[in-house]
Amino acid sequence: MNTNDLALRITDMASYNGYQLECQPIPGMTDVLQITVQDYDELPAFVSVTDSQILCITNLFMEAEVKPDTRGQLIEEMLELNIPMPLSAFSKLGDRFVIFGSMSIHSSIEDICHEIVTLTENAVEAIDALQEYLIPDAVREEGAG
Amino acid sequence: MNVLKRIIAAVRGGALGVADLLSDTDGITALEHQLIEVQGNLSKVKQDLTDVMGKQMHSSRESSVLKMAIQQHELEAGAALDRADEVAALKIAEKIAELDAELEEQQQIHSLFSSHVARLRSLVNKTERQIKDYQRQLSMVRTTESIQKASTAIAQNYASSNHKILSARDSLEQIKKRQQRTLDLLEAAQELEEETGEKTLDERLEQAGIVGSKINANAILNRIKSDRS
Repeated sequence: MNTNDLALRITDMASYNGYQLECQPIPGMTDVLQITVQDYDELPAFVSVTDSQILCITNLFMEAEVKPDTRGQLIEEMLELNIPMPLSAFSKLGDRFVIFGSMSIHSSIEDICHEIVTLTENAVEAIDALQEYLIPDAVREEGAG
Repeated sequence: MNVLKRIIAAVRGGALGVADLLSDTDGITALEHQLIEVQGNLSKVKQDLTDVMGKQMHSSRESSVLKMAIQQHELEAGAALDRADEVAALKIAEKIAELDAELEEQQQIHSLFSSHVARLRSLVNKTERQIKDYQRQLSMVRTTESIQKASTAIAQNYASSNHKILSARDSLEQIKKRQQRTLDLLEAAQELEEETGEKTLDERLEQAGIVGSKINANAILNRIKSDRS
């Protein structure tokens, strides 16, 4: 299975357990899918397929949004939350804190959808739980890469 | 080569570092070549193993044929002794001695093949473990590549989106507002259903003459009355 197959299969499934999933192509990127769970438009999951696994990543917050003086505490708390959080774990990509889940390439489409829905819900939950470590009026500054 | 160390170094180097990791001739390409080589070795060792196992089976078959022949000859020698034919018995005994020597030789060959099989089996196991190890390392590198792509995609997506880019807190607020709206709508719909739904259903049923015990009782009474008259 590659990203194209995955996009087709998710689009074919009108909804999963009452959740509507929407697949959007990313211009110029054929290897990565952007999948949005209805009502969670602000936190899309980015899904890529390798020869051994399927990776689902959701953006949480930028380094610039983190209060500098409690940054260490935040990171420790994220490490501690990694195990209790179902199916997802925290990570960092460059200056971006993310939440991700990886699964076998042989997973069923239902399992993949379940993962994406869980990931999105975990992302909301995580931001909510970690809010105190974020600068209240931070403006997200995005670099190109 | 510790792959994880290389990956850490590559990730610290950003997109360029990851590109280096993937095109590194000492690293990934070498790993891929090693994997192909070891896979080739494995299939050769497996072929050897099949060959030796075949020979081992053959020698074990030979041994059992010899054992049966010895038993047979021993019976014959016993019969000759019963007939008091010492000459024939001695001749048979000589044959048995020949067969015994053959059997011993065959058993030596068999144990040689057996130890060879054991050696090849452990080689197969070790080679298979090495292949798994190379595959694990390669999988880590390919995943690093995939993460790099996903990361670029996320950055590009946010950079090219025309909407105002929201902070995590703002995103959360938007999502919570939307969830609250959905909950409010559900609650309102439920209230509406409770207030008007049942009533209208009753009204409709009554209009259709389906509900209302009085109406039904009256109808029954009328039927009974008309039956009696």
